[in-house]
Amino acid sequence: MSEKLLEIRDLKKHFPVTKGIVFQKVIGLVKAVDGVSYSINAGETMGLVGESGCGKTTTSKLILMLETPTSGEIVFRGQDIQTLQRKDLRTYRRGVQAVFQDPFSSLNPRIRVGDIIAEPVVVNEALPKAEIKERVQELLRFVGLSPNAVNLFPHEFSGGQRQRIAIARALSLNPSLIILDEPVSALDVSIRAQIMNLLQDLQRQFGLSYLLIAHDLAAVLHLSTTIAVMYLGRIAELATSDDLRHKPLHPYTQALFSAALPSHPDEQREEIIIAGEVPSPLNPPSGCRFHPRCPFVKAVCSEVEPVLRPVADGHQVACHLYTDPA
Amino acid sequence: MAHPLLELKQLQTYFISSKGTRIVKAVDGVSFTLAEGETLGIVGESGSGKTVTSLSILRLLPAAARIVGGEIWFGGENLVTKSEPEMRRVRGSQITMILQDPLMSLNPLFTIGEQIAEPLRIHLGMRGGTLVERIKELLRGVRIPSPEVRMREYPHQMSGGMRQRIVGAISISCEPRLLIADEPTTSLDVTIQAQYLKLLKDIQKRSGLAMIFITHNIGIVAKMCDQVAVMYAGKLVERAPVRTIFNQPAHPYTEALLNAMPKLTDKSERLWSIEGQPPDLANLPPGCPFSPRCPRAEDRCRREVPPEVQVGDDHYTRCWLWERS
Repeated sequence: MSEKLLEIRDLKKHFPVTKGIVFQKVIGLVKAVDGVSYSINAGETMGLVGESGCGKTTTSKLILMLETPTSGEIVFRGQDIQTLQRKDLRTYRRGVQAVFQDPFSSLNPRIRVGDIIAEPVVVNEALPKAEIKERVQELLRFVGLSPNAVNLFPHEFSGGQRQRIAIARALSLNPSLIILDEPVSALDVSIRAQIMNLLQDLQRQFGLSYLLIAHDLAAVLHLSTTIAVMYLGRIAELATSDDLRHKPLHPYTQALFSAALPSHPDEQREEIIIAGEVPSPLNPPSGCRFHPRCPFVKAVCSEVEPVLRPVADGHQVACHLYTDPA
Repeated sequence: MAHPLLELKQLQTYFISSKGTRIVKAVDGVSFTLAEGETLGIVGESGSGKTVTSLSILRLLPAAARIVGGEIWFGGENLVTKSEPEMRRVRGSQITMILQDPLMSLNPLFTIGEQIAEPLRIHLGMRGGTLVERIKELLRGVRIPSPEVRMREYPHQMSGGMRQRIVGAISISCEPRLLIADEPTTSLDVTIQAQYLKLLKDIQKRSGLAMIFITHNIGIVAKMCDQVAVMYAGKLVERAPVRTIFNQPAHPYTEALLNAMPKLTDKSERLWSIEGQPPDLANLPPGCPFSPRCPRAEDRCRREVPPEVQVGDDHYTRCWLWERS
């Protein structure tokens, strides 16, 4: 078992909903992330799957310190990141980088590619110009772009190439964790496979850890070691990628599998089409948050919220179907 | 075979710059047929010409684009030669279209009811009580709960899935014979996408309309389509019934597309990726447009454009590999 790089303990982020302009009154809370715990091991990929509004992006913002958690801890290499001071904080920020979904808006259109990739190095490390230049060339080579790219602007590249630039920038400070927020969903099919292969190669080469956020189940299964299925701010199921592929337990996970598109017209899948839509996180259902849409709902589901508990080695599920042994 | 509902013969739609100096062949010699009640999937990457093909059928092309050759036969009439007023009677009643983003295709200033009523009023001349009844019936048909209330609401009051279902209701309101869906589920969540695809299938079963699905997602094709047309750089590189495409792909591009997709059922260590980028349409390579990326390209592929050849029952492709055999 490899060491834990990042551990999240009972993390919560509640956004207040206010009324009034001058005398603001809190009239409700959007519980975007509501008690989430998981850990990311060094060199592995943690996948977060779920539909919009399940809290996967908020979790990543909390890790990137773009939002402060309402409660809970984020522990990086044994230290709670909220207690980090100056120098340690800088080290943490350098160690955690991100690649976002849309490479058209995540790269500044007025800055040359070389400067985009060099910027983190210039800000964080006092290196002579020549060394920075060399580093940029090296990074471009890692992501499979030609060294001539340094003098070009982002608009001169296609979507896939821009995503490579974003990856090069994320790599520039030798991070240990990269947060990938829907890294391939804006790309064309033939380019998607290229980027997914590149991400795997880089992971092996540099021993990187990834936190992969995506809604495409097949892509997440392909890239991840461990997967957390999220629903309305909570983890419904946590398992290794192989366990999840062969034995999804939570009815929501099963529905996601059933809703995923087939890879062949003859591929028959059990049809569990769940009715309705994701309820508002402002007013989540009582008991199990999934119960109004669940095909296997029992009386207890609307009353008691199930806790995430292990059912097998490394396989945890939050569902009443698996709690009592009967 | 029954008489096809739609037949495209060597359709060519070019974008021509104002001085006529630059020509982009967005659609270049596309032919296919679609029978009543069938579903055709047009697959391709961005810029492959799939959307321009469908806009050509509806003659809703942007100002710079022109149909410079070919025929579009729909129900025994050639749509290319029709006048604008004649086309207007076809659009929205005979052929309708669902676009990718339902928020863009609905008018935020009108209620849902008014927007569903518009085609019914224009094409079928419905008024008053019958119109209201029909709107409710359509909303129920796309599974919108409490239609009496919802028809008085505005698009912003609904979720993405509901909006897309309303667009669906509008597009089937006049009982069209052909429905073109351009990436209808890309902006929807996975479980909502499954609901919506099932709904479209149910509608098709009830009314027997033909559908064209424009998508880059092979999975949607596997789930929804009977016939498949694969486009690359404005050319139709392969067309066949769906099982033939999945079992015996003839064109290297089709094969690569199928292999580039991660599978739910088993773990593959590495995805098969197509190297390089799709070509720039204004600056196509000589010969087969796929040749620079094709693992099996030969000298001839880089020189001459391959013609369309038949390689099996209803199975056509544009590739020199098949010319020799």
